Amino acid sequence: MNVTIVDYNSGNISSVINSFKEVAKEKVNIEVTSDLNKIKSSDKVVLPGQGSFKSCVDALNNISGLVDELNEFTIINKKPLLGICVGLQMFADIGYEETETNGLGWISGKVSKINNQNNKYKLPHIGWNEINILKDSKVFKDIENNSHMYFVHSYEFIPNDKSVIAATTDYSSNIVCAVEKENIFGTQFHPEKSDKTGLKIIDNFINL
Amino acid sequence: MLKNRIIPCLDVKNGRVVKGINFVDLKDAGDPVEQAKIYSDGGADEICFLDITASNENRETIYDVVDRTSKKCFVPLTVGGGVRSVDDINKLLNCGADKVSINTAAVQNPEVIIESSKKFGSQCIVVAIDAKKNQDKWEIFTHGGRNNTGIDAIEFSKKMEDSGAGELLVTSMDRDGTQVGYDIELISKISSKVNIPVIASGGVGNLDHLVDGIKLGKVSAVLAASIFHYGKHSVKEAKEYLDLKGIPVRI
Repeated sequence: MNVTIVDYNSGNISSVINSFKEVAKEKVNIEVTSDLNKIKSSDKVVLPGQGSFKSCVDALNNISGLVDELNEFTIINKKPLLGICVGLQMFADIGYEETETNGLGWISGKVSKINNQNNKYKLPHIGWNEINILKDSKVFKDIENNSHMYFVHSYEFIPNDKSVIAATTDYSSNIVCAVEKENIFGTQFHPEKSDKTGLKIIDNFINL
Repeated sequence: MLKNRIIPCLDVKNGRVVKGINFVDLKDAGDPVEQAKIYSDGGADEICFLDITASNENRETIYDVVDRTSKKCFVPLTVGGGVRSVDDINKLLNCGADKVSINTAAVQNPEVIIESSKKFGSQCIVVAIDAKKNQDKWEIFTHGGRNNTGIDAIEFSKKMEDSGAGELLVTSMDRDGTQVGYDIELISKISSKVNIPVIASGGVGNLDHLVDGIKLGKVSAVLAASIFHYGKHSVKEAKEYLDLKGIPVRI
């Protein structure tokens, strides 16, 4: 099996690479590339993302044909894709970080700044928070409800269709922290930095 | 609910741990990777390396340490010490650091913070503030605490938030190494001044000091070095103690 981590200059992805390689061992081949043919021929794709919504969308668009290839992989061929952090946020139609920017539009909704209730809550939301699992998502196999995951973000994805929400976390309100829509999976938290439970989520995705 | 973080810090010099856990079963007590792994297996919420390598020719050793650690530890890794430029930050991130802590360069050239937070995102930019009390204010020290800049630490913390820092690591130079507890006044003043998370550092001698840092200092995270070395307390013990005192921690 081939799993491709999309390398599109979206910031620091070394931790994502290390964690997938740790879980994959020899049984799965992990590619790190933006090569369109390699993405096309892979079985699964991981879309990481750090920095702002706009900078990640711009970086995707800067690689000619990449968005089309990802659309084909995910929407037409319906192969499994996992978005992490801003990788998940880009599923939305639109994001409001820096300036209004169109996302991939895979899951209808928007990405807005977390309402920190007049500075009652510090932003970014950094650290370990519990996840409240709402949906029996395949990537949560053997993950206990209220497990801790590592978060770093100031913006949240608000999907229109609430049935895509796989888990939420409590930080000033119930923030969407995992989504699943058919073959599309996403986590707002960083499984690659969430110790053994995070690695289990990666393992679940690889074994889908 | 977001949990308070406990961050053990290891001083690394020429690629070796200077002070560390003195366990008999360690194969190589000087290997930062092995020590970091013990901490992360014990429940450390993050790991911090402070590179105190003095000579420039040995600066490269930290990159190898970060690279090897990030392949073994799957909790966030912060690296600081001697970080001067956007290029230094880039190199550390590429080796597998999740966050980089910047001290002297942030004071001398705040542009580094503006530029690097734009380029890599605020989430990986930690500004380390070393402060010492002078009459009724706290002044910023640089170069590992040797140079007094006279800059007001509280004002500076706000300026760093505005420049794009994602977190502040606040160390009291008066308390560092004394084991008498954090400078609560300093950290609580900074924590209430800014709206980004603050990590308290400098002076921890027992587990109650960690409790005070969070309860009285109102910080998001507590960093400590020596209490976790030489097996005085494990990270697990620290977390159980905080839990007992009603502080939300990840157990």
